[in-house]
Amino acid sequence: MAAEAGKIDPMHQFEIAPVFQGGFDLAGQTITFTNSALWMLLTLVALWVFMLGGMKRELVPGRWQLMVESCADFIDNMLLSNVGQEGRKYTPYVFSLFMFILFANILGLLPIGVLGGHPFTVTSHLTVTGILALLSFGIVLVVGFTRHGLHFFSLFIPHGTPLPMIPFIFVVELLSFLVRPFSLGLRLFVAMTAGHILLKVLAGFVINSSNAGVGYGLMVGLPSLTLMVGISALELLVAAVQAYVFALLTSLYINDAVNLH
Amino acid sequence: MPQIDQVMSTYGSQLFWLVITFGLIYFVIGRSMLPKVQGTIDLRRSKVSADIAAAKAAHARADEIEESYREAQARARDAALAVTAEAKATGARESEIKVKQADAGIAAHLAEAEAAIAAQQASALTEIEAVAVEAAQDIVAKLTPVKVTKPQVNRAVKGALANA
Repeated sequence: MAAEAGKIDPMHQFEIAPVFQGGFDLAGQTITFTNSALWMLLTLVALWVFMLGGMKRELVPGRWQLMVESCADFIDNMLLSNVGQEGRKYTPYVFSLFMFILFANILGLLPIGVLGGHPFTVTSHLTVTGILALLSFGIVLVVGFTRHGLHFFSLFIPHGTPLPMIPFIFVVELLSFLVRPFSLGLRLFVAMTAGHILLKVLAGFVINSSNAGVGYGLMVGLPSLTLMVGISALELLVAAVQAYVFALLTSLYINDAVNLH
Repeated sequence: MPQIDQVMSTYGSQLFWLVITFGLIYFVIGRSMLPKVQGTIDLRRSKVSADIAAAKAAHARADEIEESYREAQARARDAALAVTAEAKATGARESEIKVKQADAGIAAHLAEAEAAIAAQQASALTEIEAVAVEAAQDIVAKLTPVKVTKPQVNRAVKGALANA
């Protein structure tokens, strides 16, 4: 929120800047502790605290324990229904993925700007979502080839394809398979970025119209603020839905690798 | 858009920190905390299903006990009915015998009494004869000067009584 001479840049929130000066070079890249790293760590800490509440291991769970257990059960059931009994092996990964994305999304929506902080949404960065998508894709490749070897390529030929169509279908299916990591990473990145830009633009409307006068503030600022409240609620939903979609697609891809259709 | 503008300058740093944080999440949370949570869930599920099974078994056992109780009750009722029926039968037999004995006693008494009455009647008749003989002798002596002997009177009285 660089309010330079009344101009509010809705993209400034996505800028990565070092929190501490100094860092070290690694393979041509400078590694510094950035605001992005800070929010990743905050996500980790928040998730760890959340999980601690589920470690009471009581027979009759309290509210917190029930929340944690519901999340664990949710992911467990997702893998069980999409992949089968073998899918439970991947629960730790998909659970980590789901909870990391969910917590990062929600932490980025926290209104700590009111307190002077600068919320940063880790998952609104193509680098982060891209790495996670490539990680999921890599797991699918590794699992697929170790389990089925070259037979894994039969994934690209659906059952009942007429023989002359096989080369064509194979190419199409291979392309759709190769596009998966991009669609997976882009979907989350775009959804988070768009929501945050929309909120920031509306917030800019509120501030600029209120600065222009009471009349403008009531005419433009108030409807914008009302809209912001609604969109904030929608963004909370999107935060959960996108985490769910990422985890669901990952489990579907793992299913392809484990069961080959 | 900073996400794209900064890709080349920040991807190393993003990768570095993401590997650290996501790696910690995967190994600390996904690999060590999550199985404990799942263990708690599984434990609870097995406990609940075991409890339900135990409750079902107890229910079946209760039904069994009730069934056997009913059976025992029915048996006891049958036994009681048999005992009362037998008691009734023996009672009826005994009273029949007693009634017979009593009838026999009564008949004996009756015969005795009849015999006594007959004997008394006979003795009374002889006494009346004797008194009638004396009375007739006296009446004859007082009314007539004729002296009658006892055997004569006796014959006369007998004849009169036989004619009466």
